[in-house]
Amino acid sequence: MGDHGDIRKQPQGTDVTSASTNDIEFRSVAKRYGAVTAVSDINLEVPRGAFMALLGPSGCGKTTCLRMIGGFEQPCEGTVFISGEPMNGVAAYRRPVNMVFQHYALFPHLDVEANVSYGLRQMRPRIAGAEISRRAQEALEMVRLGGFGKRRIHEMSGGQQQRVALARAIVNKPKVLLLDEPLAALDKKLRTAMQIELQTLQRELGITFVLVTHDQEEALSMSDFVCVMNAGRIVQVGPPEEIYDRPASLFVADFVGKTNRINATVDGASSLVLANGARFAAPAINGAKGAATVALRPEAIRLTRNGAASADALAGTVTHRIFLGSAVEYSVAVDGLGDFLVTADRRTLGDSELVEPGEKVGLAFDPNALHVFPA
Amino acid sequence: MTAATNTKRNLVTAALVAPAAAWLMIFLVLPFIAMLVFAFGERAPEGGYQAAFTFAQFANLPTRAAAFWNTLVLAPVGALACLLIAYPVAYYLAVKANPRYRLILVSLVVVPFWTSLLVRTYAWMYILGSRGIPNLLSMIGIEDVRMLNTPGAVLLGIVYGYLPLMIMPIYVSLEKLDRRLLEASADLGAKPVSTFFGVTLPLSLPGVMTGVALVTILLLGEYLIPQLLGGGKVFFIGNALVDLFLQSRNWPFGSAIAVTLVAVVVVILMVAMRIAFRVAGTRQVDLV
Repeated sequence: MGDHGDIRKQPQGTDVTSASTNDIEFRSVAKRYGAVTAVSDINLEVPRGAFMALLGPSGCGKTTCLRMIGGFEQPCEGTVFISGEPMNGVAAYRRPVNMVFQHYALFPHLDVEANVSYGLRQMRPRIAGAEISRRAQEALEMVRLGGFGKRRIHEMSGGQQQRVALARAIVNKPKVLLLDEPLAALDKKLRTAMQIELQTLQRELGITFVLVTHDQEEALSMSDFVCVMNAGRIVQVGPPEEIYDRPASLFVADFVGKTNRINATVDGASSLVLANGARFAAPAINGAKGAATVALRPEAIRLTRNGAASADALAGTVTHRIFLGSAVEYSVAVDGLGDFLVTADRRTLGDSELVEPGEKVGLAFDPNALHVFPA
Repeated sequence: MTAATNTKRNLVTAALVAPAAAWLMIFLVLPFIAMLVFAFGERAPEGGYQAAFTFAQFANLPTRAAAFWNTLVLAPVGALACLLIAYPVAYYLAVKANPRYRLILVSLVVVPFWTSLLVRTYAWMYILGSRGIPNLLSMIGIEDVRMLNTPGAVLLGIVYGYLPLMIMPIYVSLEKLDRRLLEASADLGAKPVSTFFGVTLPLSLPGVMTGVALVTILLLGEYLIPQLLGGGKVFFIGNALVDLFLQSRNWPFGSAIAVTLVAVVVVILMVAMRIAFRVAGTRQVDLV
């Protein structure tokens, strides 16, 4: 952390101190609080320069993992590595990582510039005052807050405080930037703008980002890799498309995106009988035998007007229509299977083809879109 | 909003404020005015007050210079000594102590308040007196140590009596300190000592200032501790006032001393507040 160069310098490829290509690595990590196990059996690798999202419902252990990287919690078992270095027992202030805290944790008694330069003033050997303020200004300009340096924290809006927290965290040029639900407190429009801004910033800085979020849309849209967690364990790690298209479990299918769940039985090697007796050839049965639950994405279903059940279609009646602007969601009651959610893109449907509630429709889909899991 | 609801709201406000305002009027403002009037009068031959307009009482103030000196030195020094002892205690209670035992520990600080300060100060009189510690010291060959009736004894009594009043406001300001700010400081590379001076201390300054102001102001009017532990040798303005009003019945001179004390305190507080705010780098807005 001793170099005083441009903050935008790309650390990739220039770092020869470590043979590891992973900036973060968890090896068999477990964390318990008394009798309560927060996380266990965590094995995770975050490649250098990657944008990794830890995704899961509240209480799944994602924040505990992030805090173990930051040094605010120590694992009870296993080891966390940063750039190949084991971090057991290393205090937070000695780690080459910085964090954007949930609710920002900005220092209320300091102005914006003093907040941003706080980390620079901790560096030893000391950095000259002029250099500190130059680098603080640079960081503020990166988050488009140039000229706000003398403002007080409580004079800044939520979105601006968010960007002050970002500037404060990147000014020390960490190897890894940790983000704990950074966008949770922002309204939807601002959140979308910040998602793009964060992605841009990550590419410019070229450093590894680890983001904790419970918002699956945020995880999918920003990151290179998503690590889905549930009940203290990692359930699936992969690129967003893989997580969405090939969920490893019913939990992932349910938690990431919207899903229709269908009760079914696996009959033989690749034959699937739905609860209403309809029979499909199912290629991906994930080792399920006997009773199974089938997940089907709402956008994988096409509505047809003739409304007859066939070899690759179910029949039902539209009960509700939710107009979303760019798309339309239908709730369809299918005989013997309950309500299905169907998302139709408006363009492909055509303006005049909105289906009215009460209409009989057919639900057609590619059997490959059926994800079968043991019940 | 109609005029009627406005009037109603004003009436409610007035009703809520009235008892406190009446209390302050009768027991603070009016007596203070009386004191101001007395201060410019002269002593009646048989004692008490006699109408006049003279600055003689104020010209006489230097005769009580020792009382002023003791009060204006020992009150702030006592408050400072309290602060130095109270801060680590408050820090331990608010930050380090196991939350499970915190309530018990905090009540241990407050419990002594349930006994009369008079009784507790009498106990110190005995401990510091010739049959107390000096007696023990003489057993090991250290003779003729005088503890009672010294400025040190008064200071000790002050710290002992006023410590809880200093601990509580500091404890409260540290207790509500956002722990994530400490984590943020560590995250940015600050060692624990830097975090303390960069975040913890500045953010607890409102509590420190409240404690120092509270203890100092109460000490300026202190009577009991110098009376018992200072024994007429180390006396405060409070003791001088009791003498003047009750013994020599010189009301105008006593009033002049009291008025002067109030004036000095107001000036000192204004200067101290200004300095404190500048040092803290905060404006009043942040402290409300």
